Amino acid sequence: MADISSDFLGIKSPNPFWLASAPPTDKKINVLRAFEAGWGGVVWKTLGSQVKNVSSRYSAVDYHGSRIMGFNNIELISDRPLDINLKEIREVLKEFPDRAMIISLMADNTKESWHELIKKVEDTGAHGLELNFGCPHGMTERGMGAAVGQDPEIARMVVEWVMEIATIPVITKLTPNVHSVVPTGLASVQAGTNALSLINTIQSVTGVDLDTFVPNPNVAGKSTFGGYCGPAVKPIALKMLTTIAQNETTRKVPISGIGGVSTWRDAVEFMLLGASNVQVCTAAMKHGFRIVEDMIEGLNYWMDEKGFKKLDDFIGKSVPTMTHWEDLDINYHIVANINQDKCVHCGLCYIACEDTSHQSINLDYGKPYNKYTIKEEECVGCNLCQLVCPVDDCITMVEQRKGPEYLNWKDYQRLGLPLNDH
Amino acid sequence: MSITNFRLTADEYEANFADIHPPFENLTAALVEANRCIYCYDAPCMKSCPTSIDVPKFIKQIANENVKGSAHTIFSSNIMGGGCSKVCPVEKLCEGACVYNLMEEEPIQIARLQRYSTEQAIEKKWPLFTRKPSNGKRVAVIGAGPAGLSCAHVLSREGIDVTVYEKEAKGGGLMTYGIAAYKVTPEFCEDEVNYILSLGGIEIKYNQELGANVSVADLQSQYDAVYLGIGVGLARQLSIPGEHLDGVVDAISFIYDIRSKGYDQVKVGEKVAVIGMGMTAIDAATQAKRLGAKEVTMLYRRTQAEMPCTEVELNIAKLDGCQIVWLAAPKHVIGDEHGKVKQIVCSTMLLGEPDASGRRSPVDTGETMTLDVDMIIKAAGQMPFENLIAETNLANKYGKITIAENGVTSIDGIFAGGDCVNGGKEVVDAVQAGKDGAQGILNYLMIN
Repeated sequence: MADISSDFLGIKSPNPFWLASAPPTDKKINVLRAFEAGWGGVVWKTLGSQVKNVSSRYSAVDYHGSRIMGFNNIELISDRPLDINLKEIREVLKEFPDRAMIISLMADNTKESWHELIKKVEDTGAHGLELNFGCPHGMTERGMGAAVGQDPEIARMVVEWVMEIATIPVITKLTPNVHSVVPTGLASVQAGTNALSLINTIQSVTGVDLDTFVPNPNVAGKSTFGGYCGPAVKPIALKMLTTIAQNETTRKVPISGIGGVSTWRDAVEFMLLGASNVQVCTAAMKHGFRIVEDMIEGLNYWMDEKGFKKLDDFIGKSVPTMTHWEDLDINYHIVANINQDKCVHCGLCYIACEDTSHQSINLDYGKPYNKYTIKEEECVGCNLCQLVCPVDDCITMVEQRKGPEYLNWKDYQRLGLPLNDH
Repeated sequence: MSITNFRLTADEYEANFADIHPPFENLTAALVEANRCIYCYDAPCMKSCPTSIDVPKFIKQIANENVKGSAHTIFSSNIMGGGCSKVCPVEKLCEGACVYNLMEEEPIQIARLQRYSTEQAIEKKWPLFTRKPSNGKRVAVIGAGPAGLSCAHVLSREGIDVTVYEKEAKGGGLMTYGIAAYKVTPEFCEDEVNYILSLGGIEIKYNQELGANVSVADLQSQYDAVYLGIGVGLARQLSIPGEHLDGVVDAISFIYDIRSKGYDQVKVGEKVAVIGMGMTAIDAATQAKRLGAKEVTMLYRRTQAEMPCTEVELNIAKLDGCQIVWLAAPKHVIGDEHGKVKQIVCSTMLLGEPDASGRRSPVDTGETMTLDVDMIIKAAGQMPFENLIAETNLANKYGKITIAENGVTSIDGIFAGGDCVNGGKEVVDAVQAGKDGAQGILNYLMIN
């Protein structure tokens, strides 16, 4: 079996699966259950000034009969007294010394408050700190959370305050509610943060109740913008992660990947795009902590199959394959092929191509089953038919290069090659 | 051995005749199934429905929680979509064509989803259709069965005032009088008819029988057009000795009694033979068993490969404990000293060369088998109303009315469709025939 133990800034954990700072890590009882289930570490729910929560707090987006494709919350940082949190952190550390214990922090916006909070937290023996510059609701109105993360200069200042006093590793958590995560990430790294984590939740309205006309979640007839997470945000998180992993400065620090990680496959994708470990929340909130069992097992089997001995063997492996559009090879051309033995004649490829793409599929009428074939000369190789096909490996994309040599858009223009004429 | 009623307790009857295809209990359950549907284009299920219900559309509408729209989609193609969802042999129609079959997966439960939408529409009396203002045209429809009602509904929507003449005291035709009670209850049939009538513009005159107190010629003089949807009626005779002994009944009247009298009123034997292997034979055999018969044996002169019923239907009979004897052709019935059925003698057959229908025809081996029975239910098919049709002077073939496209008969202004044309098919075929006939009438009256 592969070695899936993780070393993040010297913080050891038996696996790269941490629970993100969120409701599941708010109390000792939850965290103990998580560690018993096998989680490698937790980021304790954000500590800071005293807050009070409302109810309800969550809402979700369901899709095609599947619950919680996306999840939204308007819960604030920990609403429990700081002393209780610190006491419980100590107790958990004693029971599970082999697991990573990171404490998420969001102090009032003064150097003194940050220093005071960090001292108290370090005193528990916790292994690291995560700066919450991302919470998009409730705290921003007080100049905290995303209000810090959205302004690189404020973020830089706060990270500098923190680095003046912190003696344990510091991770800065980035908000996605910006046009690019790089400026704040860059400022934080320049200010000395030891690592970055991303993404925090995305501001959202998950839906409107068609009977009450009140958006979700409903708090006494009113709603407010919440933070969106869960499987729906994964592609956005992966994109933002990639930009941090590509930037020559930000890529020098380890990254903890967050955003819709639900399975070992998701985790591997984050790690391939540069995350050293991952943090999970929504999937655990939906199914409980037991999901970590398959994350561990699945990762192990996959690494064995690919011949990876340790996590570092594949972390960041896919980053170099992400390039600019104008560097893509225009001569690379694929066309769809429908395996008639596998086709179930549902017609989904046909109608998608006919209505919304390039009319590249023939329909030979049959009762009840039509026959569908590809018009290769019309096919632009867009993948749409393959994506809508309900049968695995029924539609495949076959390579038919336009030319043997690599040819990108810049060269294409320079050579004055012909554009489409229809 | 005797033929008697009240064989079971009220609870037993109720349990035996309970709904064989339980509905989805709630929206969540329906959504799980609706979301399995992949929303095929030019869908095989739709093309396999005689009324061309847009199945993917109505299922998508359930998934989108637009149940009203879903019911409207169904009823637009098939106004008896509620009843059809309970009685259609979907395994050889929509569900049989579902692409999931090709993935070796269970097909979408189309009938059950169709039932989900249509039952709500009927129960809540959703007014999904409005008729155009009356255009002064009047059409007579003979027979308030699936063909007649379907025709009437289309016509009324177009502003035609329709009068339906029905020989029974209730509408619905074979749906009401000719189908196993565990598939569809008489109460539902009544609700369904009332729902169809709620459109307005359709009046049913009950207890009006063609040939007795209604004539095609009279109606033709009173109305702008006449539609015949009179079905088939007479049970095919076996033409064997002993056929008229006490205890030999035909399946149509047996099922009619179950539908119209109440279970405990219907007499059934202790050892029952059912002759035939069509849908009606299955309905008769299973219900004889469910009424309390100790032994029910189905006799069929060919084999399972040639049987007209579907395998799903056959399995209902098997699970009910009915015995099946293949290659057994009734030869004669033996009675006791009181003229009551005692035994049935069958010739043992062998399959020979294919006949005109393409099925291998049975050949007598000369050997016989004898079965002790006290009741024989004949379900060897139904005959068209040959004499009635002859009186109308309509072109016909052995009593089956000859039509061109859209129900056009040999007489101008007279249209026909359903079992009286095709000799007896599914309810859903009759509904389509009614739509076709309505189109023929609209063309004839130059409406649209």
